[in-house]
Amino acid sequence: MIHLQKLFGLLRQHGVILSGIILGVIVMTFPIPRLTDPQTRTITLDARQFEFAPHRIHINKGDRVIINFTASDVVHGFYLDGYGIQERVEPGVTKQIEIVAERTGKFRYRCSVSCGSLHPFMIGELVVGPNEPFWRAIAFVSVSVITLIAYQFFSKGTSYEHTTLGTSPA
Amino acid sequence: MIKSQRINVFQHVPFLRGILKSRLFQPVLTLTTLFFFTLAIVTGLFGTPVGNRNFGIVFVWIVWWGLLIILLVPFLGRLWCAACPIPVPGEWLQRRGIINRRQGRLSTLRWKFPKRLRNMWLQNFGFLGIAIFSAIILTRPEVSAWLLLGFSLIGIVLSILYENRVFCRYVCPVGGFIGLYSLMAPIEVRVADPQVCATHTPKDCIIGNEYAYGCPWMVFPGTLERNTYCGMCMECIKACPKNNVVINLRPVGSDLMVAKERRLDEAYKAFIMLACALLYSAVLLGPWGWLKQWANMDTLPHWLIYAGVFLLANLLLLPGLFTLTALLSRRWGGVQVPLRQLVTDYAYTLVPLGLTAWIAFSFSLVFTNGSYAFGVLSDPFGWGWNLFGTTESAWTPFGSSLIPFLQTGILTAGMLFAVNTAYKIAGQHTPNPRQALRGMLPVAGFITSITFVFLWLYLG
Repeated sequence: MIHLQKLFGLLRQHGVILSGIILGVIVMTFPIPRLTDPQTRTITLDARQFEFAPHRIHINKGDRVIINFTASDVVHGFYLDGYGIQERVEPGVTKQIEIVAERTGKFRYRCSVSCGSLHPFMIGELVVGPNEPFWRAIAFVSVSVITLIAYQFFSKGTSYEHTTLGTSPA
Repeated sequence: MIKSQRINVFQHVPFLRGILKSRLFQPVLTLTTLFFFTLAIVTGLFGTPVGNRNFGIVFVWIVWWGLLIILLVPFLGRLWCAACPIPVPGEWLQRRGIINRRQGRLSTLRWKFPKRLRNMWLQNFGFLGIAIFSAIILTRPEVSAWLLLGFSLIGIVLSILYENRVFCRYVCPVGGFIGLYSLMAPIEVRVADPQVCATHTPKDCIIGNEYAYGCPWMVFPGTLERNTYCGMCMECIKACPKNNVVINLRPVGSDLMVAKERRLDEAYKAFIMLACALLYSAVLLGPWGWLKQWANMDTLPHWLIYAGVFLLANLLLLPGLFTLTALLSRRWGGVQVPLRQLVTDYAYTLVPLGLTAWIAFSFSLVFTNGSYAFGVLSDPFGWGWNLFGTTESAWTPFGSSLIPFLQTGILTAGMLFAVNTAYKIAGQHTPNPRQALRGMLPVAGFITSITFVFLWLYLG
C-alpha cells in the first residue's frame, strides 16, 4: 500500500514535468498565422556616429524592403545579422540594399566599417513580425517556471529540505 | 548530506596534487598573464586610439572578458584570481621573491586594514564607479590602460601597507563579482576532514611553513564553507602537512545555501551586478544612439543625468523593488523573519540569474566582436604590422543567428535555478513546504519579470 502511494506520488510529480515538456513543445511549434500580405517597402536609413536613423524598423514576414542607405558624417557600413548582407557608404552617396524578409524575429544591423570609438556598439534593429522567436521565448520561459512551481507544489515537500537558519546544510 | 555529494578530484587525478603543490604552479600562470597584461597597457598607451584595432581593448574587454564570464567563473570559480596579474607585483614585493618561499614575515608596514572596510562595500562602489564610465573605458585604449595600471598601482600600495592580498579581498572591483558568482561553481577548495584541522594546532595553512605562505586571502580552510573569499592560489594545499586540503567537484550552486555567511554587502553586489547586466544590455547592445552618446559623455550634463540614473537604478530602484518583493513574500508566506534578513537571503537567488544574464550579454558581445582578435594579434599597436599574417582579416560576426537561442536557453536555465533556490531559501525560513512555496512566489515573480526584460532587450 505504501509502495503504491509512493508510486502515485512519483507519477504525480513526473506527470507535472511531462505536462510541462508537452506544453513546452506545443508553444515552441504552434504555427503562428501570417496576419498581413507581403508588401514592398522603401526605407531611408541614415548612419551617423554612433546610431542609425531609424534605429528600429518594423516589417512583416515576406515583405521586400528596399533600403536607401546614407551616411551623414563619416564612412559607415551596414551588416545585417542572420542575412549576412554587407554594404559600405561614404557621406553624400546613397547605396541601395534589398532585403526579402524570409524569417521572423529581431535582426540587428550593425556598422561594419570602423567609424569611431563606439563603432562596435553602433546597432539598429530590424524586427520581422510577427516576432515569433520572442513570443515563443516568453511562452517557453513561462511554461518552464510554471512547471517548476507546480512540481514543487505537487512534490508536497519530498523535494524540500528544511534547514535552520544560522547553520550550514553541510 | 551535501558534503556527501562531493567528489575529491585528487582521488581520481592523483598527479594534480603534485602539480598544485609545486611552487611553480601560480608563477607560471601569473607570469603568462602578466605578459599579456603588460602588452595591454603598453598598446593602450602607445598604440592606435581606434579601440577595435588595439590589443589593449580587444584582448581585455572581449577575449579576457568572454573567457572569464562564459567559461572561467561558471566552471572554475575564482581560479582566475590565482592567475590574475594585477596584484602580482605587490605580492612579489611583499614576499621578496617570485617562486620560492622565503622564510620570515612578509615585507609590509603591517598596518591593520580598517574593520569597517572588511566587506564588499568598497568593491561594490568601485565597480559602480567604473561602470558609469564603461562606454569610455571599453572603447578608449588609453583610458583602459590607465585603469589597468591604476589597479596595479593600488595593488602595490596596499601590499606595502598591509599584509596579504588586501587589494583582492576588499578592493578589487572585479574580484567582488567573481567571488559572488563563484558560489555557483562546481569546484571548491576545501578540507577533506574538518576534524583533522580542529585537532592540528600549528595551523600551517594560516601562518605558513617552509613550503608555503599562510593563506594570502586571510581565510582558514578548516572552516571554509563558501568560495567567495578563496582565491584558489593553492598555498593551503602546499602548506598542509596532513594533505587534508583537497579540490572537490560538487553540485552547481552549493554555496548559495550556506545561510550563516549571507551578508547585505554581498546582497548588494548581487543587485548591482544584475542591474548592470540590464543597463549594459540596453546601453551597449540596444539600438538607442542617444543613450550611447550620453554614456559616451557627449556633453557633461547628458553624462551626469546618465550616471545619476545608472546609480539610482543600481542602488535604489532594483534593491527597492526587491525589498517590496520580500515584503510581499513575508506576508504571503506568513514567516516571522526580519525584513533585512529576508532581503539578504533572497538576494542570493539573483546570483544564478545575474551570472546567466552576464553570460547572455557576453554571447552577443564576444561572438559579434571576437573576430577583431585575429587582426590585433598580428598588429597589437595598430601600427601596420603583420606578425602572423592576420592583420587584414575581416570583421566577421560569429553565429549571429544562433545567439538569440543561446541567450534564451541560458537565461531560462538561470531563471529556473534562481526560482528553485528561492524555494530552498524559503525552506530555511519555515518547516512548512506550503508556506515556503507561498513565500517564494513573489520572488519567483520578480525573477521571471527580470528574465522577461532581458528577453525583450535581446529578442523583442
